[in-house]
Amino acid sequence: MWGSTPQAAPEWGADVSKTAKQIPTQILKQPSNVRFFFGAALTLIGFASAIAVNIAVPQVAKVKIAEYEYFGVTLDFNTLYRGVIAGIIAIYAICGVWAYFDNDRQLKYIKRAPFRFVLGIALAAWDILGTKYRLLPQPFFPGPAQIVETFLNEPAFVLENMLYSLRLYGAGFVVGVTFGVGTGILIGWFPKVYYWVSPVLRITGVIPAVAWMPFALTLAPTPFSAAVLLMTLCAWFPIASFTAQGVQSTAKIHFEVAKTLGANTAQLVFRVAIPHALPQIFGGIAMANGFMFTTLVMSEMMGQPGGLGYYIQLSRVWSAYYKVFAAIVIMAVLFSIILYIISIVQGYALRWQKGLVKQNV
Amino acid sequence: MSDVVLEVSGVSRTYYDDKKNAVEALRDIGLTVSRGEFVTFIGSSGCGKTTLLRLIAGLDEPQSGKLLLYGMEISGANPNRGYVVQQGGLFPWLSVWDNIAYGLKVRGQYRKHKADVAKYVRLIGLEGFEKSFPHQISGGMAQRVAIARALINEPELLLLDEPMGALDSFTRADIQDKLLELHRESGATMLLVTHDVDEAIFLSDRIFIMTPRPGKIKHILRVSIPHPRHRGGVDFFSLRRDILEQLELASAMPQPEYKI
Repeated sequence: MWGSTPQAAPEWGADVSKTAKQIPTQILKQPSNVRFFFGAALTLIGFASAIAVNIAVPQVAKVKIAEYEYFGVTLDFNTLYRGVIAGIIAIYAICGVWAYFDNDRQLKYIKRAPFRFVLGIALAAWDILGTKYRLLPQPFFPGPAQIVETFLNEPAFVLENMLYSLRLYGAGFVVGVTFGVGTGILIGWFPKVYYWVSPVLRITGVIPAVAWMPFALTLAPTPFSAAVLLMTLCAWFPIASFTAQGVQSTAKIHFEVAKTLGANTAQLVFRVAIPHALPQIFGGIAMANGFMFTTLVMSEMMGQPGGLGYYIQLSRVWSAYYKVFAAIVIMAVLFSIILYIISIVQGYALRWQKGLVKQNV
Repeated sequence: MSDVVLEVSGVSRTYYDDKKNAVEALRDIGLTVSRGEFVTFIGSSGCGKTTLLRLIAGLDEPQSGKLLLYGMEISGANPNRGYVVQQGGLFPWLSVWDNIAYGLKVRGQYRKHKADVAKYVRLIGLEGFEKSFPHQISGGMAQRVAIARALINEPELLLLDEPMGALDSFTRADIQDKLLELHRESGATMLLVTHDVDEAIFLSDRIFIMTPRPGKIKHILRVSIPHPRHRGGVDFFSLRRDILEQLELASAMPQPEYKI
């Protein structure tokens, strides 16, 4: 009645390379040095060709190449773009050296090498089509180098908006998870609360939180708190319902054993029901996170004084689509990092499940 | 041996199943258990032995009759009565160490008696497995942990509800030996529910043979074979025959009639 089983919850940001399926292949496969160096070469060639194309292909289409000066260095977007790709190459080179000395790491390293090669080639092709010849519809699809220009153009402003988004996300996450888990425990524990709150919860679950935006903006004292309210609302259903289900599904025998060991009612909640519900709680948080990212960006686009969504909106008005792309790239990186951190916390909190369930924690 | 730990008198308990039919689990049960005794309840399934154990544990209440622990009426669960179940009683989210320490932690005694946890880990022979989680250890090890977890509270009574029911016979014999050792070591009074006749004889001072529908105590047998008992001894076998005879009557098996 509370939706799908928690184990089937989407695993955001899960590290696919750690699945149990891989273990036998790791024992069987012994990568030869030739294969490893081939993989490393693929990586290098892919990204190097992106740099080479950027240098060698002449700028045919008319694009204004502005020069910026930072710390006494004169840069245009092409030089910064090359620098960024050189940085990526350096990172993969260091990873390659580190991987070289370990069999498992070697395998992991070469596994993604073809992908990195294609990524490099794609960047080169995009560069030609987007910037050099401008064959893609403009100004909607600027080349990768132009996107990088955003960070030359207004780095402080981008950073400021990024930090605003992070701050908003942090506040929304803390309030949303606390409220969701708290009410979820109450719903799961007290039948009375379940009776009165769960219908409200289910109705809330089917309404996209941003639909409340007009009310949130007028009722909340600040736009910031309005966004936090909306994020809490969108996180409430998945987190609270999963938590309640986790509490309700605790085996009776565990409560009974805990009682005979001397646990009081509070301890039955905090030392039996909640630990038991932890997998479901994390399932709910993983699900809510996606909603929270959406709500965050939507509310920033519709009425925040800052944030990446606000930045997108602002850049769109000026038809600066390369900035829109830059904001999207930042979001991708930022949200991936957040999901990765959550998956690490989850892996630690649920380490007792490792090998017990199929779920990759 | 004479002072009475547990006194049960006139206890009855009736359940209602899904179709509202009354199931008389226990009728007019009366017994006493002395300090340090090892007592076994044996009988076919449905004879109410688990119900009786749950009543003593305080997890259930009788409709009539009294259960007295040292003359005090039992109401609700209490750490002075340890309770071990057949399977799945360990908290899967806690390590072996934390499972054993659970009783101390919820009673706020952990800091003072931390050494006890190590002592019990040693007693049950699980050194090196302290950090393992329940699903990582074998069923036999898990049951040893469950017994240690109940004993760490130093209970007056240790209630064992078929703790070896789900184990293979080798592991079972191993735990039986361990249980006797713990019984000697801790001096706790132990009440065991089982349907294994050999187990009952091997462990008990007294055996209560129970009959189903309604659950009643049919017969009480004293086992006076000195410890260490030998599972293949002659007196072992004669006692075994006695119990089986009683149980055969208990389960109301139709006696074969031979008319020649």
